[in-house]
Amino acid sequence: MDYATLLQLLDTTLRLATPLLLACLAGLYSERAGIFDIGLEGKMLAAAMSAGAVAALTGSAWAGLLAGIGASMLFALLHGIAAITFRGNQLISGVALNFLASGLTVLIAQALFQQGGRTPPLSGPARFNAITLPGAEALREVPLIGPLYYEVISGHSVLVYMAFLIVPLTWWILFRTRFGLRLRAVGENPAAVDTAGISVVGLRFAAVGITGILCGIAGAYMATALQAGFGREMTAGRGYIALAALIFAKWRPVAAMWACLLFGFFQALALRPDVVQAVVQVRVPVPLLDALPYLLTVLVLAGFVGKAIPPRAGGQPYVKER
Amino acid sequence: MVAPADTMGRQATAAPFAIELKGISKAFGPVQANKDINISVPKGTIHGIIGENGAGKSTLMSILYGFYKADSGQILVGGTPTPIPDSQSAIRAGIGMVFQHFKLVQNFTVLENIVLGAEDGALLNTSLGNARRILRELAQEYGLDVDPDALIEDLSVGHQQRVEILKALFRQADILILDEPTGVLTPDEADHLFRILRGLKDQGKTIILITHKLREIMEATDNVSVMRRGTMVATVKTRETSPEQLAELMVGRKVLLEVEKTPAVPGKVVLSVENLRVRDEHGVERLKGISLDIRAGEILGIAGVAGNGQSDLLGALGGMTKATGRITLNGVDLPLSGAGADGQSRREAGIAHVPEDRHHHGLILDFTAWENVAFGYHNDPKYQKSALFMDNDALRADTEKKMATYDVRPPIATLEAKNFSGGNQQKIVVAREVEQNPDLLLIGQPTRGVDIGAIEFIHKQIVALRDAGKAILLVSVELDEIMSLSDRIAVMFDGQIMGMRDPATTDERELGMLMAGMDGKTAGEAA
Repeated sequence: MDYATLLQLLDTTLRLATPLLLACLAGLYSERAGIFDIGLEGKMLAAAMSAGAVAALTGSAWAGLLAGIGASMLFALLHGIAAITFRGNQLISGVALNFLASGLTVLIAQALFQQGGRTPPLSGPARFNAITLPGAEALREVPLIGPLYYEVISGHSVLVYMAFLIVPLTWWILFRTRFGLRLRAVGENPAAVDTAGISVVGLRFAAVGITGILCGIAGAYMATALQAGFGREMTAGRGYIALAALIFAKWRPVAAMWACLLFGFFQALALRPDVVQAVVQVRVPVPLLDALPYLLTVLVLAGFVGKAIPPRAGGQPYVKER
Repeated sequence: MVAPADTMGRQATAAPFAIELKGISKAFGPVQANKDINISVPKGTIHGIIGENGAGKSTLMSILYGFYKADSGQILVGGTPTPIPDSQSAIRAGIGMVFQHFKLVQNFTVLENIVLGAEDGALLNTSLGNARRILRELAQEYGLDVDPDALIEDLSVGHQQRVEILKALFRQADILILDEPTGVLTPDEADHLFRILRGLKDQGKTIILITHKLREIMEATDNVSVMRRGTMVATVKTRETSPEQLAELMVGRKVLLEVEKTPAVPGKVVLSVENLRVRDEHGVERLKGISLDIRAGEILGIAGVAGNGQSDLLGALGGMTKATGRITLNGVDLPLSGAGADGQSRREAGIAHVPEDRHHHGLILDFTAWENVAFGYHNDPKYQKSALFMDNDALRADTEKKMATYDVRPPIATLEAKNFSGGNQQKIVVAREVEQNPDLLLIGQPTRGVDIGAIEFIHKQIVALRDAGKAILLVSVELDEIMSLSDRIAVMFDGQIMGMRDPATTDERELGMLMAGMDGKTAGEAA
């Protein structure tokens, strides 16, 4: 494999890791606050459809993004009401929302556009297009660094850069702010937060709201940047992969980025069977390559990554006790 | 510090009483938890509140801390009527609470826990810096030394409790409520706590101490209020009362505090344990080679702070936990793993077991009393009608008989276990096990969450079984109980037996040292 091919692979890795990363960080906020969210998938799907539809109708990718965030937040609110207000089972609520999103997105897209549950293909300002970073052209000829900067770092949509900037931002919020301290505390021991006179319900809704925003960006990215429009089940299990990455990363933001890049790399490999064949000298069947990220997910979830301790109060509704 | 103006306001309105409750009532559905409670706590005193389980002490304190809203009544703080609708208001009014189960975030540092909810601003760095400075001042002022950067999960229970007290002081609490603070402490740690409390009192703080231990009330408080069934029955000066009088006020009748028993007449060895070892599911060794003998007609008490292997010992002997080593009952080897190492086989062999946790291992709360009386003995021929069917009528009749003997109230065999009080639930379990007339009785925490009247009864049953020539292994974290019941005392620490003592010649101090893992040789230095 030559250097140019490697750079292509890494470039694809970044593009494919972005929705995973956004969803993974979304899950991080929710789960750090003690609300398990298996419904990342459904929120992304709802956001992708809304973003695709609104972008197609208005011709603006930014309007699509806002619509995506709105749809995702609506789903997050439903999860919050079920899990926080009514102290329901968080897994069941998440699964229900996934089903709801799976059916509702196709139904609405079909009703709006009559294109078999898809939204119309997007182009021009209705999509988030690639940005060339400053100096990319000028540095292109510098050996090693130049092509890396031009091919891999530069030339992505604004949402990719946004996703990777949210990683240090999340770290800073979690570990350097009052909100972060309280958020982590409410996921570990809500009684400590409650007796300190802070609202457990308020904190958890705030966390679930952030989850909604990030899943909204992830879904909008799928429909308006990675691809040109919404298609049935287009998230293809990315919400679950993001959850696996979150466990893999032990609920830490920077580790989450590396985990998502790893999963993204496997997805990128699946798109280049020729490269895999050149490296391992065996023709690996494409379906097997396609399955790789999902196999890795199963391995991670089965606990092959060592002991991952989730937030201690995760999954348990908070009930005031005497 | 947080809101200094507030503190000055409180000091300006100096009144003789720190807290006054007037006519507080609170009902949960049909249950009247607090009925017209009146209490006045003078400033700068330690005020004890004592009562049996379910007497309404915790409810009253939860109302004071804003966890519950009283149905009627008034709270006065420093002479001013102060509504306390939530915990934030309680904190603002200068009330701090140290709960029985600490409200600490385990994987946070001491500093982070103290700052949580009382931050100076949106960014942490300044809050933590200020808190570190204030913490240093508090440590000097009250002798409350804790490493601010230690993780809570690495601290001993005694230190965690200090963090809870520091949390309250950091929020400028003038009134400190402690709910059953010594339940999890060694005697030494408890003494240290009382020294801290006296120091706080000397600095002008008011302390409310909730406990069911009469000895602590007598030792630490200035005044004591007694609660019974939701009402405040008396408030007296501590030095003008006695444990006997307090016990009578709590229960409503005369109670025997001392266990009456004659010297033991030990017979042959019933149970012999050699090099017993248990590993938990993480591979951690919980029992590190226990060896002991129990003879017929004696009570061997196992003392120790909870979690030092007592549960694993009961589990291994009772057939609930896999173990290695050797145990013999009346000279016959019993299997420690595989076939025959289960509760059923143990009971057939003559070992009865009253488990430590009656809600998880002793009873099925949703099942009726008579069904619960069958557990473990459901294959007993006397409960069988035929090869296929059980004789439920016989079982019910048997249960009613046991309930009458043990004065279980209400004596209704068809009532679900969850509808009995803690003491009556425990009587059902004890009746089931003791009435099988076992050679060896394993009994764990026999009086945990049991009221004084029932404690007296259960203790009598244990002694009666001993006098009938049976062997008894008693595990309890209540040192008083171990001291008064046992004929010999073994102290466990970290999965090992630190020493055997004779209750007649030892004292709480020596046992406390052993419970903390210090043997006689190092005890002098540590003290």
